[in-house]
Amino acid sequence: MSILSYNGGCVLAMKGKGCVAIASDRRFGVQTSTLAMDFQRIFEMGPHLYIGLPGLATDTLTVHERLRFRLNLYELRESRKIKPQTFSAMVSNLLYERRFGPYFVEPVIAGLDPVTWEPFISAMDLIGCPNMPEDFVVAGTCAEQLFGMCEALWEPNLEPDDLFETISQALMNAFDRDAISGWGGVVHIIEKDKVTTRMLKTRMD
Amino acid sequence: MECVLGIACNDFVILASDMTNAHSILVNKQDEDKMFKLSDRLLMAVTGESGDTTQFAEYIEKNIQLYKMRNGYELSPPAAANFTRRNLADSLRSRSPYMVNFLLAGYSERTGPELYWMDYLASMIKTPFATHGYGGMFSIGIMDRYYRPDLTEQEAYDIMKKCVAEIQKRLIINLPNFQVKVLDKNGIHALDVIRSQNLTA
Repeated sequence: MSILSYNGGCVLAMKGKGCVAIASDRRFGVQTSTLAMDFQRIFEMGPHLYIGLPGLATDTLTVHERLRFRLNLYELRESRKIKPQTFSAMVSNLLYERRFGPYFVEPVIAGLDPVTWEPFISAMDLIGCPNMPEDFVVAGTCAEQLFGMCEALWEPNLEPDDLFETISQALMNAFDRDAISGWGGVVHIIEKDKVTTRMLKTRMD
Repeated sequence: MECVLGIACNDFVILASDMTNAHSILVNKQDEDKMFKLSDRLLMAVTGESGDTTQFAEYIEKNIQLYKMRNGYELSPPAAANFTRRNLADSLRSRSPYMVNFLLAGYSERTGPELYWMDYLASMIKTPFATHGYGGMFSIGIMDRYYRPDLTEQEAYDIMKKCVAEIQKRLIINLPNFQVKVLDKNGIHALDVIRSQNLTA
């Protein structure tokens, strides 16, 4: 029994042309038992900044609460919205503070720079090692499946509507091959002027 | 080996918990009350480590009352649930964590009836129906089949009776009595205890 696969769940994020997308499944379960199909793993941390926290559900909630606290203080002190790169560093710091008793979450961050609107994605492991690639990031119990799907489907400079199709297919086909992920999906497409949130109609098993 | 069941409908939340208190193979009593009234509009049914259950539940209960005394109004169900979760999450990585699983039922004029499921790791979900324990594993399927948001109190009680009948039929551990309480806009009232002899009759 691995702690990171106790509750199940997955998150992925992709870069597009002037936009980013972040998506997750909606299952909450305790090992083989499914208890909820509307569990929120992706949280809005700013108008164009979202973080997904797959892993142990209690730490998903706790890390979100602690991060919201730090972010609120930052925005009060700085009187401006945080940049995604800075936020990523903040998350990394929060996790590494608990290096020898970590939070069991593997965050995925997606956002647009509030000034330049540059797309940004990043992911990290449970002790905060950041990874900021140019294409996509994945995390969760079906990470391997997500890697395969993203590698096959992603291409650079996808428009928002195409990015939505790509990320949805990557998510659904990956979590359909994982027993403890799935039970619904949610996708956020973050563009300069709007964020579109869509629920996916998926196999509910 | 304990079991708690909960269903939230449009007008009320119904909680059922077994009444067996046992230490290993010895049954101490069959009429234990495992539900704690946190306030007029909050009810918690707790299972888990003996002692931790009472300590944790009473700690939360007293803090809910303290908030009411200090501020003049009660914590709403979501606020109380999140407060409880915060306490449980803080205790999780301490020297001796509370080993409690529970269902928290709340009613407020603004949000209506709500049911929160929380386990010993401080994972929390708000859900229309929920269970804890081995008995809960049999019951959750029955609730999936028969749940509707517009159930009457009698219909919900009948679903609880179906669940208890299944638990008493299929669970190797004998849980003869289940206490049932309902929380609605008028407060908390108890329904008849579901007893094994009444079910077979």
